[in-house]
Amino acid sequence: MQLSYAGDNAVILYLGERTGADVAARVQAAANAARRVLGADLIDLVPSYASLLVIYDPLRTDHMHVIHRLHGIREEVDTANVSEAGREIVLPVYYSAESGADLERLAQQCELSVEEVIALHSETEYRVYAIGFAPGFAYLGEVDPRIAAPRLATPRSKVPRGAVAIADRQTAVYPAVSPGGWNLIGNCPQRMFDPDAEPSMPVAVGDRVRFEPISRARFLELGGELA
Amino acid sequence: MSLVVRQPGLLSLLQDPGRFGQHGIGLTTGGPLDREAFDLCQRLLGNDSACTAIEASFGGLELDAHTDTFICVTGATMPLAINGQERDLWTVHKVQAGDHITLGYGMDGCRSYLGVAGGFSIAPQFGSTATVVREQLGGLRGDKLAPGDVLPCPRVSEHRRLQLPRDLRPHYQRQLTVRVIPGYQQHHFDRLQQRRFFSSAWTVSQRCDRMGYRLEGPAIRCDIEGILSEGICFGAIQIPADGQPIVLLNDRQTIGGYPKIGAALSLDAGRMAQLQPGGTVHFAAISPHGAHNALHLNHWRIQHMPLQELPRERDR
Repeated sequence: MQLSYAGDNAVILYLGERTGADVAARVQAAANAARRVLGADLIDLVPSYASLLVIYDPLRTDHMHVIHRLHGIREEVDTANVSEAGREIVLPVYYSAESGADLERLAQQCELSVEEVIALHSETEYRVYAIGFAPGFAYLGEVDPRIAAPRLATPRSKVPRGAVAIADRQTAVYPAVSPGGWNLIGNCPQRMFDPDAEPSMPVAVGDRVRFEPISRARFLELGGELA
Repeated sequence: MSLVVRQPGLLSLLQDPGRFGQHGIGLTTGGPLDREAFDLCQRLLGNDSACTAIEASFGGLELDAHTDTFICVTGATMPLAINGQERDLWTVHKVQAGDHITLGYGMDGCRSYLGVAGGFSIAPQFGSTATVVREQLGGLRGDKLAPGDVLPCPRVSEHRRLQLPRDLRPHYQRQLTVRVIPGYQQHHFDRLQQRRFFSSAWTVSQRCDRMGYRLEGPAIRCDIEGILSEGICFGAIQIPADGQPIVLLNDRQTIGGYPKIGAALSLDAGRMAQLQPGGTVHFAAISPHGAHNALHLNHWRIQHMPLQELPRERDR
């Protein structure tokens, strides 16, 4: 665990130099411990792939006291247990050409059948590495290298809500209609961000996510929409 | 009981201090770009600092009063008039139902705060009324103000009329020194690059908005092209591949993968957001200890600034 200054009310902890389930588990352990030791002095946390940004209230505490308390969580963070970290979340996906515009092209490009692409994508357990870009946008890793595909040369101006997509070794569900350059392979009828729901987002950084293939009929039954 | 928007001007947004504790689901903070002017507006009105006010960027805002209340405008020097009669900024004024309030275009600075006694009554989302247009959250409909928007506020017939003495009002100049806490990937910028960063004059580019201020000057080189995306704090200074710094502000994305040389002191980042394109910025390093002292001194100063009381205005 390494610590660096970030700003006048923030320090950043580095828990590794690459992505991985072990690093993600340390990030999550650090977030839990930081929340506990900083209590009401904490304003917000930004967990990401291998780091944790800690934002505190500089009118209640100072950088010295924050750093002192964060040094105290080092042992707990270094011994974080990978297998126990995070909840297990299952997200339904309707994989098809009509719900995933790039599915067939991706299969050809990877020299696999569509069924093999679906199997490889849905049989992997992913870790939520980071949330950002847009409200509710969760970066999940890591995609099987056999179906890892680069971003589109020209991003789409409009990716539908719920689109399940791959970019390199990451996958994600678009929480809202937005521009995007990832390869679309299906659609998830579960809302990833709903400001009126509680909780507004089904996953958090550190959770483990699996995708479950569903039929067209089940997709529509769950409220899925086809463009 | 409300004020109704006749003309919103270039960009008028409802803001409270911001949306905190929601970075975990990817929400940014929003909130007033110039926190000092916002806080002084609330203090003059005797409001809680968490009240909702309007941030008017560049000016052009026109409102119709549908109730009796008291208003105050702080920040950039935009000409304020009530029923065509020019009024002082940094001063609480009585308005009556039927009055017409206009805020012209800014001469110095570009963000003004128009508050009302008791604040605007807006339903919060995720604990805040701060408008973030990109996220479609806060304010009314998650969007900027539009003609016809109704801004509910309490009816107030009696109120102290406070004014910030002239010599204590901020001067919004066209150049500014921004203090920087070195941090983040600072060590990936060699000594020459750091010297160039701290010794150059930077020009505010046309690409400056609530997400960040992009500055133009000599290119700053970094040893690395990018990093694993990580959390971005308020004021963080990203150096993308073109070497032109971006100072990230209230509506920044929560994570990003460009190297950062440090972060602007929040007080100075707020003041920088009053610069218009073409303004000049210099950077100066400050230690975390110095930054902490500056924050406390400024907080004390804002809380204790002496306010003058004006006589009661007669009803018109």
